[in-house]
Amino acid sequence: MSMTAPTLEVRDLQTHFFTRAGVVKAVDGVSFSVGRGKVMGLVGESGSGKSVTGFSIIGLVDPPGRIAGGSILFQGRDLARLSEEEMRDLRGNRIAMIFQDPMMTLNPVLRIDTQMIETVLAHKKVSAEEARQRARDTLGMVGIPSPDERLKAYPHQFSGGMRQRVAIAIALLHEPQLIIADEPTTALDVTIQGQILAEVQKLCATTGTSMIWITHDLSVVAGLADDIAVMYAGRIVEKGAVGEVLDHPLHPYTHGLIGSVPSRNKRGEALRQIPGMTPSLLNLPPGCAFRARCPRASESCLAEPVMAEILPGRDVRCIHPHLDASEAA
Amino acid sequence: MNAGPMLELRDITRRFEKKLDFAGRIAQRLGAPVREEIVHAVDRVNLTVRKGEVVGLVGESGCGKSTLGRMVAGILPPTEGAILRDGRDIKALTGAEARQMKLRTQMIFQDPYASLNPRMRVQDIVGEAPRVHGLLEGTAFDDYVDEQMRRAGLDPGFKRRYPHQFSGGQRQRIGIARALAVKPDFIVCDEAVAALDVSIQAQILNLFMRLRRELDLTYLFISHDLGVVEHLSDRVVIMYLGRVVEEADTETVFRRPNHPYTRSLLDSVPRIENRKRAFSVVKGEIPSPINPPAGCHFHPRCPMAMERCRVEVPKLREVAPGQRSACHLND
Repeated sequence: MSMTAPTLEVRDLQTHFFTRAGVVKAVDGVSFSVGRGKVMGLVGESGSGKSVTGFSIIGLVDPPGRIAGGSILFQGRDLARLSEEEMRDLRGNRIAMIFQDPMMTLNPVLRIDTQMIETVLAHKKVSAEEARQRARDTLGMVGIPSPDERLKAYPHQFSGGMRQRVAIAIALLHEPQLIIADEPTTALDVTIQGQILAEVQKLCATTGTSMIWITHDLSVVAGLADDIAVMYAGRIVEKGAVGEVLDHPLHPYTHGLIGSVPSRNKRGEALRQIPGMTPSLLNLPPGCAFRARCPRASESCLAEPVMAEILPGRDVRCIHPHLDASEAA
Repeated sequence: MNAGPMLELRDITRRFEKKLDFAGRIAQRLGAPVREEIVHAVDRVNLTVRKGEVVGLVGESGCGKSTLGRMVAGILPPTEGAILRDGRDIKALTGAEARQMKLRTQMIFQDPYASLNPRMRVQDIVGEAPRVHGLLEGTAFDDYVDEQMRRAGLDPGFKRRYPHQFSGGQRQRIGIARALAVKPDFIVCDEAVAALDVSIQAQILNLFMRLRRELDLTYLFISHDLGVVEHLSDRVVIMYLGRVVEEADTETVFRRPNHPYTRSLLDSVPRIENRKRAFSVVKGEIPSPINPPAGCHFHPRCPMAMERCRVEVPKLREVAPGQRSACHLND
């Protein structure tokens, strides 16, 4: 545990969607913290609540969803209780977000310079010329060649990888303390993904920016993150240091997930698979949500398991964790 | 028994041309910088697939892997070159024989949402083609559909449902059942697991491997995911901007890659075993296939590029038994 306070501390976050069909508990009691300059990998499959967790932190949950409980402490302030105006002051300034699709960030009918200068001026009282300078420098920082010319281009004139770099540059304009990245490299080719990951790694190390990296891809997190939290059906089921969790997963879901990665299996043999599919969040049965797919499930799993630190620095929400060393995935 | 290859592509080329329309031609007359654009999606590719083999086709966006797959599946005619099935040029076949041949190659698509007709029930999606092609003689339609669904891991009790009532993984199973219903011996899988979650992906990959054993299938497995390709394939073909740059058995490609592009590609892949390390980087972007670089297409990004690479197209030739690579460094 570091002595300084973490950049972000999420405690028992509840984000629910009040739909006509019932209440969907997309995020149901999520707690984690991210230290200064650290990368936290938030991993899960579709519908696990990882993206909604990110949206909740930056205050972008739209109705019928809302934060129904818990707190999000960012530099001592609870983001869950800020007014929209106070939140707007932080968003894009102290906290930034990068989306899977860079066109979520970019306006297709405005030139890059217009968009970047606007972003700078939204939070800083500087001259337009200074703002342009800042935009230019940031583009250069994320590895865009000849930034002066590229500033005058429209988003459609960029390739997918370059667009994502521009989106990252916009996120970096105000040197935020926290960046939430929601699958930003998933749609990119591997060589381009490698370039972006290298840039991000460098930036976090040099600027001290903390990052939450949301992804379904364990192998990206393996190389990038310091800590990892695995989500399933709206809850974190396991968290800890990356090496610990990936080498010795304790929760049967993490165990199964790592086991189903092809490179973890002998070539040509059947992959170890998790049976069944993720349950609907609308009518989650009581007890452990993974119960129906879990090879270790027993009667006692009908009672809701609680998150517990069963080994130093290892929190798991399971009453039958993989504890023996011989069970490494 | 025919010992020859099941599928042979000879100098297959596919170009997409964007012709100028009337307004465009006038604009060009008046000196506007418009011109006809030609994309060489696939540029003189030779490929053989033997019976029972799984060939992985790997490459990044715009490398022509999907176009090649579509030509093999018969959805898209090649601009030049010949496709041979069991040694016979499929262009030379006519009538019933041509139809038979087409049925023998089926395709499984990436997007299980877009590739199923939302207005058809599963039983019709799966059963329509075999009925139309008269494969159901002597068998009841219902029994046949049930059998196809069960084989793909679907509960036949759901056959009266529509695609939107299924999850992504189940839809992919419907696509598989549809492809297998006409008894093909060759399957083209175009990014067939790319849209699925990891745990579901493993289920579908296992299904592919089981079906291969049970039905003696041959696969052309197109993917950008090297982990998946490594796991499934016997042989791997790597494409870059329309050309094959390397081809070898899976073990060789992953252990002793020859082409600089293959090596960069392997280095860029994040692996779960690699912790907190600097990601290695291939410089530059993938060039546009409308205007690919001269000589070796990879030379602007290649760390070992020489003068010769800028002008001369390297030939794909054998560098070790069973390993072919297109790089001037091998001379």
